[in-house]
Amino acid sequence: MANAADDLPVEVEKQGEAVVLRPSGEIDLGRSPSLRTSISKVQSNRPQRLVFDLKDVPYMDSSGVATLVEAMQVARRYHGSVVLCGLHERVRSIFEIARLDMVFKIVDTLDEALQA
Amino acid sequence: MKGLPLIADPHVKIDMLSQPRYLAGARAMIASVARRLGFREADCAHVALALDEALCNVIKHGYEKREDQHIWISVWPMEGNCCGIRILIEDRGRQVEPAEIRSRQLDDIRPGGLGVHIISQVMDHVEYNKREGGGMSLLMEKHMAAEESMPQARKEPA
Repeated sequence: MANAADDLPVEVEKQGEAVVLRPSGEIDLGRSPSLRTSISKVQSNRPQRLVFDLKDVPYMDSSGVATLVEAMQVARRYHGSVVLCGLHERVRSIFEIARLDMVFKIVDTLDEALQA
Repeated sequence: MKGLPLIADPHVKIDMLSQPRYLAGARAMIASVARRLGFREADCAHVALALDEALCNVIKHGYEKREDQHIWISVWPMEGNCCGIRILIEDRGRQVEPAEIRSRQLDDIRPGGLGVHIISQVMDHVEYNKREGGGMSLLMEKHMAAEESMPQARKEPA
């Protein structure tokens, strides 16, 4: 049963050929469906580069990671790219544990992400 | 239950419904308990992550996303030669052979299937069992590094 508490605010901003998604809050099994919906809307326009600015995401579990993996696979199908930036240490750690830090392009800042 | 007898009553016991909205509360509880037991912050985060992943697995696979089912979380401090925290998660969901619970290959890049791997990476002891009468149990332990297991547990940040 979804409710308002399961909604994850996601700010969407177009920057040149890139679209920046800035989710805000913890991403877990309850909220990853909301993130997936936001991503799907953005990816329906096939942006060349999708940047996830995760500076306002203090926590993410494997359901959040799975949502980003899905976004990367969709982007690859239309020859787009996905870049992650602003990861908190706790969030970066889960990508490392899942050995996905070598699969995703992960940079420190939004500027780097837009130039990656 | 193999290995570690759970003779004493748990110090914390929580009965939660199988709804993802309660994951944040469960994470906050276990991180707070781990902090008061003296774990460093990074380990508190790992204990919370392991509990979250375990609960997600119960919700997704054990109860197939039914939201009116119960999950029981029991917590014990570990003292003596091996200090740390012991967590038991029990459900009445679908039973599987413990030997069949394994992570997917990590080089197979696809969404999902990471929870079991994450739990095994961040916890020191992980043991799945079938419960008598139905459901599964997962016993997890996190041990403290020697420098953490001092007589006085760390104070909770204000």
